[in-house]
Amino acid sequence: MSHHIVEFQDVHFSYPDGTIALNGLSFKIFHGESVGIVGANGAGKSTLLMHMNGYLHPASGRIHVGDFQLDSRTCQEIRKKVGLVFQNPDDQLFMPTVYEDVAFGPLNLGVSPELVKESVDQALATVGCTALKDKPPHHLSSGQKSAVAIAAVIAMHPDILVMDEPASNLDPKSRRKLINLLKCFEHTKIIASHDLDLILDVCRRCILIREGRVAADGPTKELLSDKALLEENNLELPLSMQKCGA
Amino acid sequence: MHMADALLSPAVGATFWAGTIAVSGYASKKLKEQIDDKLIPLMGVLGAFIFAAQMINFTIPGTGSSGHLGGGMILAIILGPYAAFLVMASVLTVQALFFADGGLLALGCNIWNLGFYPCFLVYPLIYKPLVGGGKNPGRILVVSLLSAVVALQLGAFSVVIATLLSGKSELPFGAFVLLMQPIHLAIGIVEGFVTAGVINYVRSTRSEILESSAATISLGPAVSLKKVLITFAVLAAITGGALSWFASTHPDGLEWSIERVTGKDELPGQEQGIAPLLKGIQEKTAFLPDYGFKQAGKASKKGEPPPAWPGIEGGTSASGIIGAVIVLGMIVLIGMGIRAVRRRQNEQ
Amino acid sequence: MTFDEKYFDVGRLDRLSYQSTCVHQLDPRAKVVATVLFLFTVISFPKYEVGGLIPFFLFPVLLMTMGEIPFLFVVKKVLFVSPFAIFIGIFNPLLDTGTVAVIAGMPISAGWISFVSIILKFSLTISAAILLVATTSFPGVCHALRQLGFPSLFTSQLLFLYRYLFVLMEEAMRIIRARDMRAFGTRGTGIKVFVRLIGILFLRTVDRAERVYYAMLSRGFQGDMPSLRKSRIAMTDMAFMATMITFLVVFRFFPVTEEVGRFTQELFR
Repeated sequence: MSHHIVEFQDVHFSYPDGTIALNGLSFKIFHGESVGIVGANGAGKSTLLMHMNGYLHPASGRIHVGDFQLDSRTCQEIRKKVGLVFQNPDDQLFMPTVYEDVAFGPLNLGVSPELVKESVDQALATVGCTALKDKPPHHLSSGQKSAVAIAAVIAMHPDILVMDEPASNLDPKSRRKLINLLKCFEHTKIIASHDLDLILDVCRRCILIREGRVAADGPTKELLSDKALLEENNLELPLSMQKCGA
Repeated sequence: MHMADALLSPAVGATFWAGTIAVSGYASKKLKEQIDDKLIPLMGVLGAFIFAAQMINFTIPGTGSSGHLGGGMILAIILGPYAAFLVMASVLTVQALFFADGGLLALGCNIWNLGFYPCFLVYPLIYKPLVGGGKNPGRILVVSLLSAVVALQLGAFSVVIATLLSGKSELPFGAFVLLMQPIHLAIGIVEGFVTAGVINYVRSTRSEILESSAATISLGPAVSLKKVLITFAVLAAITGGALSWFASTHPDGLEWSIERVTGKDELPGQEQGIAPLLKGIQEKTAFLPDYGFKQAGKASKKGEPPPAWPGIEGGTSASGIIGAVIVLGMIVLIGMGIRAVRRRQNEQ
Repeated sequence: MTFDEKYFDVGRLDRLSYQSTCVHQLDPRAKVVATVLFLFTVISFPKYEVGGLIPFFLFPVLLMTMGEIPFLFVVKKVLFVSPFAIFIGIFNPLLDTGTVAVIAGMPISAGWISFVSIILKFSLTISAAILLVATTSFPGVCHALRQLGFPSLFTSQLLFLYRYLFVLMEEAMRIIRARDMRAFGTRGTGIKVFVRLIGILFLRTVDRAERVYYAMLSRGFQGDMPSLRKSRIAMTDMAFMATMITFLVVFRFFPVTEEVGRFTQELFR
């Protein structure tokens, strides 16, 4: 296994309507890192995440995940390595019960039913949702839905966990629970969010994206305390930093 | 215009179910051959959309009354006939279960009326050929109006036929048609406006949705559709014919099969039922066959032994009414008893 | 019914179906088959049958009490259902006017009897359908249909429909509330606004379907919906079916109501 796990090399992508979303994006993320992706609305964060899982393919440039270069043949393999948690858990929980939803991934990977049961139970226990296993998703609260969505992804044992706005729609307590949960994962983590406090809590490194390009890349603490840089990008200092400054 | 269980005879209900199942099976098979995986979630989510959209009322101009969407035509235009039929079938199934619209036996009839006509007759024979490239909003409006009106007229007519064949309603054919068709003309016009409005709106804002769906789901060659229709018509005729024969020669299928099983002519205390199809007309002149009102005529006609109990003048009506009251009373008591026991269990 | 009422109505029925009473625990297949048999038996009664239908009310009553389904909830649903059957049935008394009985000095026409028969059948069949979903979770029904031979494409998208029903109803409800908040009476509730509204809801739906598809792909979807559900027909299910069929046959072919009435008459003679 190569020691760096995700690499984007000069990736360009534009949507059919002509919007340029990625414009020469390059970065490397190494094994075991936790990286926050921040940027203004429309900076290209979501497009970037979509590339990580091979939904979108770059118009030019290269993407490596593990030992594979992303193309239409390798994207099945890459999807096994990369677990993507969607912004809206309703989009992600499409099966009739929590248990069946969490089992969907492992079953598709061809895992034997006994092992599926084991990894589902384990995943649900990790996020503290064992009691919910027979419930239909529409009977869950937003916090429970987010937790189950994460369970559905970790049940597939991915190497890399990619999350899009994991804490939007969560009440403060659920958000705190989620942060604690994320902190105890050993996966490589890539988290795109406007919730800079969450990024500060969970991620050591941070990449700031502007107009489809990396505008800044460095330790989260440094990057998120640079008031001028943040304001330039429609962001502001994390609340915890604001207190420090005052 | 949902058909209801209570108006159906078993033979008619089963015939429509047979037709609906045959077409669903065919549509599933057809879709499996050409399906794009993407279609599975799209169909399901669009089904939920139609369901939700049907719950929204709007005011019909000039009348002050409110209407809602049917959705068959919109689905056919966006998904093509096969997928649209299955989606419509699911929407109606969920409605039959959650809103009890019509009931489960009538569901076959309702899927047929609201799914088959728009998807397999109107869409390929009227909408598709007439709409052309589908770029002209005016043309879309006219063709949608025509399609929706025709589809709903066919559906309404089908309800009339199903009800009459079932023989539970006294309405004569002419009056029934005059009652149903004009109402559904109005509903069809509204449906047409809404269909055209939605299609035009989608075309003006996100035309790629219509194009991609039209590209991925081709209707297949015209011959194959014709084949389906013919096969299906034959199938329906056979099923319908067989069932009506069954129904007319053995007025009550259940009784007939019991007779075969037990080897007895009739179970004790049992009366001849109504022959749902052919006998329906004849039955219009007979009163309460099950209560033995036309005792003499019936006995001579069928050569049956006179039933065990006397006619209406005697004890039947009295014992019937007393019996009904007591049976209902017992049922209520059983219900209350169980409820009381449950409550006690729950409290403990 | 307003949109909100319909929404909460569906939601309530859905919640009821996730209880765990003995009725809820029966195998969905057994309940689906039993319901179909029940419906056919009820519908097979001839046009003028009234007495024979009455014992059948035992089934909805048993299901409601054993399954802890609120009685009024079911009654309300039955009453509220599209009045088509009543609308068509009411013509029977008008058209079929021959007097067939005189009860307490009131002449009763054949049409009234067939109308009452329609109403009884209507209440029985509708409550049977409602009680089936109220005592069986919808995924259970779908799974039963799949096992009973319905095409998998149909059942899997039926499951999708169910899953997104609530999500889309909520979305529609938000749009409706936004409309009604600014509609001021009936202005703005017309067909033009409706079409625009449906259009917006449609576009959001298509986008959502796309995201759901991505979510499926990211978890290895390759065209098949795997299922872990294994259900075995237990002894209780067999017993349930056997009892059900016995009672259906007895109620269908033995004039229970008349016999009870006659027996009572004898008793007091």
